[in-house]
Amino acid sequence: MSETIWLIPLIPLLSSVTLMLFGSRFKALQIGALGVGSVGIAALLTLLLAAEFMQNQQVIQLSLWTWMEVAGFAPGISFYFDGLTLVMMSVITGVGFLIHLFSTEFMEKDPSYARYFAYLNMFVAAMLVLVMADNLLLLYLGWEGVGVCSYLLVGFWYQHNANGHAARKAFIVTRIGDTAMALGLLLLFTELGTLDIQTMVGEANQTWQVGDTVPLIACLLLVCGAVGKSAQLPLHTWLPDAMAGPTPVSALIHAATMVTAGVYLIARTHGLFLLAPTAMTVVAVIGITTSLMAAFTALMQTDIKRILAYSTISQIGYMFLALGVGAWSAGIFHLMTHAFFKALLFLGSGAIIHCLHHEHNIFKMGGLRTKMPVTFWSFMIGSAALAALPMTSGFFSKDQILLQAYQLPDIGPGLWMAGLLGALLTAIYSFRLVFVVFFGKANTEPDKDTGWRMAVPLSVLCFLAMVGGWFMIPVTEVFPAGDGSHPAHWVEYVSISVPIFGVLIAYLIFYSGRLKIDGLANSALGKSLGQFWLSGWGIDWLYDRLFVRPYYGLANLLKGEPVDAIYGFIVALNQTFNHWLSVAQSGRMRWYLASMVAGLILVITLAANLSVGVL
Amino acid sequence: MDGLNIPLNHILLVSSLLFAIGMLGLMIRRNIIFILMSLEVMLNAAALAFVAAGAHWGQPDGQIVFMLILTVAAAEVAVGLGLVLQVQKRFKTLDMDHANRMQG
Amino acid sequence: MVMINLIVILLAGGLLAILSERISDTMPRKVAMAVVLADLLYLLVCLSGMPEITQLQAPVANDPSTWLMHFKADWIPAFGISIELALDGISLLMVLLTLVLGAIAISASWTDIVVRKGFFEANLLWSLAGVLGVFMALDLMLFFLFWEVMLIPMYFMIAIWGHENRGYAAMKFFIFTQASGLLMLMSILALVAVNHSGTGVWTFSYFDLLNTEMAERTAHWIMLGFFIAFVVKLPGFPFHTWLPDAHTQAPTAGSVILAGILLKTGAYGLIRFAVPLFPEAALNFSYPAMLLGAAGVVYGAVLAFGQTDFKRLIAYSSVSHMGFVLLGIYAWNELALQGAVMQMVAHGFSTAALFMIAGSLQERLHTRDMREMSGLWQQMPRMGAVAMFFVVASLGLPGLGNFVAEFLVLLGLFQVNVWITVVAATGLITGAAYSLLLMQRSFQGEVNKKWAEYGLIDFGSREMLTMTVMIIALIVLGVYPQPVLDAAQPVLQSLLELTATPAVAAVELAQ
Repeated sequence: MSETIWLIPLIPLLSSVTLMLFGSRFKALQIGALGVGSVGIAALLTLLLAAEFMQNQQVIQLSLWTWMEVAGFAPGISFYFDGLTLVMMSVITGVGFLIHLFSTEFMEKDPSYARYFAYLNMFVAAMLVLVMADNLLLLYLGWEGVGVCSYLLVGFWYQHNANGHAARKAFIVTRIGDTAMALGLLLLFTELGTLDIQTMVGEANQTWQVGDTVPLIACLLLVCGAVGKSAQLPLHTWLPDAMAGPTPVSALIHAATMVTAGVYLIARTHGLFLLAPTAMTVVAVIGITTSLMAAFTALMQTDIKRILAYSTISQIGYMFLALGVGAWSAGIFHLMTHAFFKALLFLGSGAIIHCLHHEHNIFKMGGLRTKMPVTFWSFMIGSAALAALPMTSGFFSKDQILLQAYQLPDIGPGLWMAGLLGALLTAIYSFRLVFVVFFGKANTEPDKDTGWRMAVPLSVLCFLAMVGGWFMIPVTEVFPAGDGSHPAHWVEYVSISVPIFGVLIAYLIFYSGRLKIDGLANSALGKSLGQFWLSGWGIDWLYDRLFVRPYYGLANLLKGEPVDAIYGFIVALNQTFNHWLSVAQSGRMRWYLASMVAGLILVITLAANLSVGVL
Repeated sequence: MDGLNIPLNHILLVSSLLFAIGMLGLMIRRNIIFILMSLEVMLNAAALAFVAAGAHWGQPDGQIVFMLILTVAAAEVAVGLGLVLQVQKRFKTLDMDHANRMQG
Repeated sequence: MVMINLIVILLAGGLLAILSERISDTMPRKVAMAVVLADLLYLLVCLSGMPEITQLQAPVANDPSTWLMHFKADWIPAFGISIELALDGISLLMVLLTLVLGAIAISASWTDIVVRKGFFEANLLWSLAGVLGVFMALDLMLFFLFWEVMLIPMYFMIAIWGHENRGYAAMKFFIFTQASGLLMLMSILALVAVNHSGTGVWTFSYFDLLNTEMAERTAHWIMLGFFIAFVVKLPGFPFHTWLPDAHTQAPTAGSVILAGILLKTGAYGLIRFAVPLFPEAALNFSYPAMLLGAAGVVYGAVLAFGQTDFKRLIAYSSVSHMGFVLLGIYAWNELALQGAVMQMVAHGFSTAALFMIAGSLQERLHTRDMREMSGLWQQMPRMGAVAMFFVVASLGLPGLGNFVAEFLVLLGLFQVNVWITVVAATGLITGAAYSLLLMQRSFQGEVNKKWAEYGLIDFGSREMLTMTVMIIALIVLGVYPQPVLDAAQPVLQSLLELTATPAVAAVELAQ
């Protein structure tokens, strides 16, 4: 198996290429079989690989060929496989397979069925390359590859300008981070002479001391890339808009896999970050700030997918917090459980949207509990895990993060308290969603219930979201061990009880109606605050004024090519001379003759005078 | 042969006067007929100078050139009168200042 | 002799194309295609008999016998002017690119030329012949001759078969290139005169002129003449303004050749002549040159973003991309130079393809204004998919040739100047902005009813074949660029050594 891991990304890639070339000639069933099957095979191979890895704990390094070799710069098309890679690959192929299966029903009626699966398979391939890459340049290939696939899928229904706009926004905003990351790569290569991750980290430890400036800058540049891809402050604005894509796409790309690539990047290069404690603090602060900001925003949204999108931003914020406080494995653990329950929630919302004539507004839903039981239970379990209610998968991972954050000296308790506030908000907004959508009176009648191709992935993900917390992820070899100490018991009790409290609040407000918030919401302060949160803290507005409009303005201003004015001036100068001279060309013979005679006289006079002088 | 001996200078003076008259005519007249006539005068002025010079040096060259000038003048008149007809047809006038299409 | 034959085949082929129009209306294009392919085949056959390029030892820049091919015959011995042609790795790459893109250009204008077809194909072939000469000539006078030869047919192509504003564009193109050509001629003559005053020998041979000794000020001015002549062609900011007009107005084949090949002659000239002939002066000038390069990257990208004309947008994207080449050349280390060479090849394909798409759109819609397009994917999915591929290629997606090029340039540049690298890297962001805008405005968006009734025809097999060639080329360049890098490596190595010596000598002198 270890010699053939390259097959895992290759199979979805080939399937994608086949669908692109011949998709229009295939029947829907063939397209579905190819699209789902290829990812299924990849998942199976990953399973085999996992079984092998569990037995021998063997790290695999496999080099296919040298990508390019110039003056000592020789990144290879080569793969590196360890426990961390395994976790990521399992999530990508496993959850990916379920989502592909779900898509066959969701996208059934779409005329561009083949194109959809071609993009989706391409995405899986690129994502696999990203996590399997042995060096940062190959990782960057996967990184940009998933970016393009995300662009293509967000703008999948390209006939609507809004979707195209969202897709471009997603690509360009992440590209800002990517470019900073590319600069980080340049810096790392220039300083260390390699981009091979393992060698590089070893080299870095030789070259630099903890707290040096160069690793700090390099790490911050990498963080910029991670922030863009993982939709963290200040580059998070693309993710809510990216919900314009088909819902399974949101589940796969914008919840389970691609957006967590930033977390993976930092975890993968944690050896560098350990040399730059300041960078780690920055990561933690970005994480917790984003988490709170997004949670507040999610409270006010009415579009079911936007709620989930902000919730994703918020949860990735937790992962960043984990990375920032050095709780590497807790961060990756949360990545995995989040992939389960957030994919579940997204697919659940996809099922609702599918059965409710593409309705997105939660206040136009309601009472779906009895009509869509599978979806209801999916949402119950998914929200419970998202809110980190005890015994769900989200509980285990989030608990670990909060406890480890608490133990950080100085800012630890502060981070913990902020994290708790976030957890409270998470519980409130997730159960607000459940109560509004599934209880109360029905506002829109579903025209169908989910078919088996939707129900099966939902059920499997329900199971994973419940029990995922008991999985032991094999990353102990990858990350440095923590000191194993635990904070005081009361800290743990508080951490457990806060989400329950949050659910209670949501229940009182949105189900029983005992807690009246209308007065608060309608007060002047409440209104403006609500508006502020609804708009995502006005960040989009700010960016629009700060960057987008000035850039459009600049492009408009320069459109007419000001440099040409210089050459235009030369032309004008010539034309002026031409004008002056052409005045003499009057077309009147008498005038010519007169000037000729005058000239002649002048010349003769001059010649005569001169010859007199000479003689 | 030596009955009438006019000094060369006198003839040249006449010739230059004729030339100046012709040139002046060329410069101040607008009617194309008069322009042609002025040209004729100038040509003849030059021809006169040649003949006189030939006589003075006792060489035949001056007379040969005189004949050349006669021929040229005849040809020029032919072309010129053709142009006059065309101008009259096109512009309904013989004023040369109306035929200034070639200005720059 | 092989090199002479390559050029003569194209020149004669042009005459043949004119004559063949008498046989039938469609004959000239077939003849032209056959001629270019025959030329390409001839070159490949000749090459196959030679040792592998990679196995050649690094050609010594001033020793012609180490080059892949070398040919020399007297032309005007009194002035030391000879017919001297030579081929090394970089010239070979450029010659191959020229012939392949030449065939693609002929395919691109397969149907959209309706008048004087024979003369059109002839101009195309003659222009290619001139370009081949430029890439191979190593006698400066001969180089100058070919430099002019490639321009005049191009002038005719724009002026006769161009679009609505062709007269203006052709004249602008001609004046810019002619003025820069004059500058180059003066520089060549000055260089030869300086060499003569030093050695007492009249010679125009590159190999003899390489080690001309001259005062710093003299070198600086002559170098500047070469620099401007080549940068106008490249085109570098602020000498680029002829390009958007020329590209936009030229017929499709003209745009393909202009963007794909002619621009590369500028870059080639910089690598081959402007720097090696005046190593010290050129490298002293590297800072301003890199600033111009970075300015071109940024400026081209911003202007591309503001355009509404499909072709004009691509033209400005060329300005931006060629800025990377200028940066790569003046960073003057192996990484950056390899990046520049790579960019020359990759940009040739990606831009040629985009111009072909623009030409196909113009042929079908009779407009290039993107405000009138929208949702074309719906009716022409194949063209849309192909356009998408080349758009992401041109924005530098890893795995495709342009990324390798841009990354190597940036990597090399980073070692020379960090801040210019940062400015140039913003080109990756702005590049994404205009590329995706192009896609959005033309192929995506709401389906325009006007075209829905029009019945647009998607790409046919001829177009798809041409596109496939370029797609494969870009993918191969993207995932396995080593053959190109290997071909250029020995040459770049020798150039670096050549220019390193005076610098070392200067340091020794200072000590």
